[in-house]
Amino acid sequence: MDATALLLSRIQFASTVSFHIIFPAFTIGLAAWLCVLEALWLTTEKPVYRRLSDFWRSIFAVAFGLGVVSGIVMAFQFGTNWSELSRRTGAIQGPLLGYESFTAFALEASFFGVTMFGRNRVPKWFYLFSCLMVALGTTLSAFWITLNNSWMQWPVGYRILPSGVFEPTDWSAIIFNRVVWVRFSHMLLAAYITSAFCVAATGAWHLLRGQFKVEARTMIGMALGLAAVLVPMQLAIGHLVGDYVHDLQPTKFAAIEARWEDEQPASEVLIAWPNEETESNDYAISIPYLGSLIGSMSLTSKEVGLKSFPVADRPPVLIPFFAFRVMVGCGLLMLILAWYGGFQVARHRIEQRRWLLWAIFLSFPLGFIATLTGWFTAEVGRQPWTVFGQIRTADAATPFLTTSQVATTLIIFAVVYSVIFAAGTVFIYRLLRRGPVAVPPLGIGKTNPKRPLSMSGNGLGDPEAQTIPLTKVEP
Amino acid sequence: MIEFWTGALALTIFLYVLLDGFDLGVGMLLALAPDEKRRRDMLAAIAPVWDGNETWLVLNAAILFGIFPLVYATLLSAFYLPLVVMLTGLILRGVSFEFRKNSIRSRRLWDFCFILGSLVAAFIQGMTVGALVKGLPIVDGSYVGGVFGWFSPFALLCGIGLCLGYALLGAGWLAYKTRGDVQVLAFRLLPQLLAGVLAFLVAAFTAALFLHLRVMDRWLEQPILFVFPLIGALACWVMVGAIWRRREFAPFLCGVTIFAAAFGTLAVSFYPYMIPFSITIAEAAAPRSSQTFLFWGAGLVVLPVTLAYTLVVYFLFRGKVAEDDSSY
Repeated sequence: MDATALLLSRIQFASTVSFHIIFPAFTIGLAAWLCVLEALWLTTEKPVYRRLSDFWRSIFAVAFGLGVVSGIVMAFQFGTNWSELSRRTGAIQGPLLGYESFTAFALEASFFGVTMFGRNRVPKWFYLFSCLMVALGTTLSAFWITLNNSWMQWPVGYRILPSGVFEPTDWSAIIFNRVVWVRFSHMLLAAYITSAFCVAATGAWHLLRGQFKVEARTMIGMALGLAAVLVPMQLAIGHLVGDYVHDLQPTKFAAIEARWEDEQPASEVLIAWPNEETESNDYAISIPYLGSLIGSMSLTSKEVGLKSFPVADRPPVLIPFFAFRVMVGCGLLMLILAWYGGFQVARHRIEQRRWLLWAIFLSFPLGFIATLTGWFTAEVGRQPWTVFGQIRTADAATPFLTTSQVATTLIIFAVVYSVIFAAGTVFIYRLLRRGPVAVPPLGIGKTNPKRPLSMSGNGLGDPEAQTIPLTKVEP
Repeated sequence: MIEFWTGALALTIFLYVLLDGFDLGVGMLLALAPDEKRRRDMLAAIAPVWDGNETWLVLNAAILFGIFPLVYATLLSAFYLPLVVMLTGLILRGVSFEFRKNSIRSRRLWDFCFILGSLVAAFIQGMTVGALVKGLPIVDGSYVGGVFGWFSPFALLCGIGLCLGYALLGAGWLAYKTRGDVQVLAFRLLPQLLAGVLAFLVAAFTAALFLHLRVMDRWLEQPILFVFPLIGALACWVMVGAIWRRREFAPFLCGVTIFAAAFGTLAVSFYPYMIPFSITIAEAAAPRSSQTFLFWGAGLVVLPVTLAYTLVVYFLFRGKVAEDDSSY
């Protein structure tokens, strides 16, 4: 495969997977949130929970659909663009991704139908059970995907046959890979925090617009309360992820730190413009000793620099360096918002602080940005390897793909994804803006045979929009 | 072990063809619905199950990747362009389904995407099977056909054939699930689609004989294999009667039987090859440790459970679609 086709294949995988991760990052947390709302509705029977559940489920549906369809493309690209990788490591990655499809995806897709269409067809407990199964499915999905990626980051439990095929020799070593548990927790928390900020932002938005106050207060209170606990946990687990990178992937760690020379004790580059030509940093601001402290929890440790590795084994520096800093920056911003916002919610003062409501409203992209930049750091930092230390990215690609072939598919993906992303964003925006309108009273509405079929009269074409909002009734 | 996985792969491929087949078929037939009400009724007939149906495609890919990585790598890279187009077709279709209910003005656009996506996916699946029957240019286990190595008029014919076949299944499903205008439409289409499918099968057989395709040799060696086409022919005959008598469920079941017969025909023509006639099942199989690992969890537990809850979901949403169930 020529260099351009390889680069285009990489761009294609990177852009489709980045597009995809946005939706799981949102729906994993949302599925859990729907379970909580359903359980609260079942136990307290307060209508506010039912309204919120119906509201977020309609948004979940759109995001879930986008996540499913964009996820299918990912598995197929292993075969289409990375056939050498599939041929050689398929015996390991295939079963891992296979478990993802089997246990998780099937679970989600099947029970998803029940949660969407089955509320009046199944007993209440079974409905809650279906919601739990969808949430379990999304979580298991995340586990297997993270496990597979962790094997690519730190391959274990295999031997290489003469044909170049990786034969799995120890599955328990693969599943209990020392890096997967911190990485899985990191991803799961990222998803919960992302969803929490989306829920809080929606609550803040409706409070700013002065509508759906009961629901908005519930949303903002529950979401910020959760985030106030989870964000500090996430920072701690993120540090543990950094520990494994430090110990096992020194090239990635040096790239994140933009550390070119071996240093003892090492300083920490806060911000700089890493220059790969001169192999040094321009405009660097660094703090002495902090690099050793972060890397090894000591003031004297020696930390390795990029120049200790051959140029062919070094990852690009700019992307991991900046992506990591953007991720941490988003995390700190979310910590401030969650703590200060949560404090004001607890004092019942949040509605008087419109600037804070605005800040929370505008914070909804933070979780997504942090998740994306975190993955950029992990994946670009792993380069030039696809399977760390074993298979180079250049050797993983389909050998006979031509530049024109990959360019064609890249354009197709770009066009289709732009259209559906634009449309999906508009739809989710409209659903969020419409807010948690009321559920039709039981016995009327869905079973009313005289309900007009004409779609005029409501802006969205959803039959539930035709019922009178009950939001002015306090629960 | 490998027998188990070969069987599981055959079963999941068949389930995919059958289940996504009818909802792709309904997707294509949507083009023939005269108005919004009819379109809604059609979509409501597949709404609770279509994404579950598509799951089986992912399970096909999962088994291929995990148990037969060589086939996965070879096939997917050989069919590079058509596969990507098929995937975008399935994507367009999936999102259109969700989007159309949230829009008024752009609803026709999403309907168009839904129809187009269904058509493209069905056509490419048929074309892929056709290309496999005709034989891919593979030397020493590596595909050497270049960008359009899969293309042939025979493959094109098979693409059209599968579109007709899926539409037949879709019409059968609509006859079973709907009432009123849509059901009348389905019963009007069924004979035409059945005639189209039969014409395609005759054309494909003739072409295969005329092109001296290697699959035909196996038929002449073992005439017992003709039992599958005979079952198919019998099912067609029963279907004609069922349509004539306006039976609601029988036409769909006959469609299923026709597909089963066609699937059996292909399976025995290919065996023991996975990619005829270059890569056998044994050559393609992953090391035994991979097969076992996937067997104890996915094969022994999840596959049966998935089958069971697929049945549960179909049971829950059995019977006619409520006329005012207009979520779509």
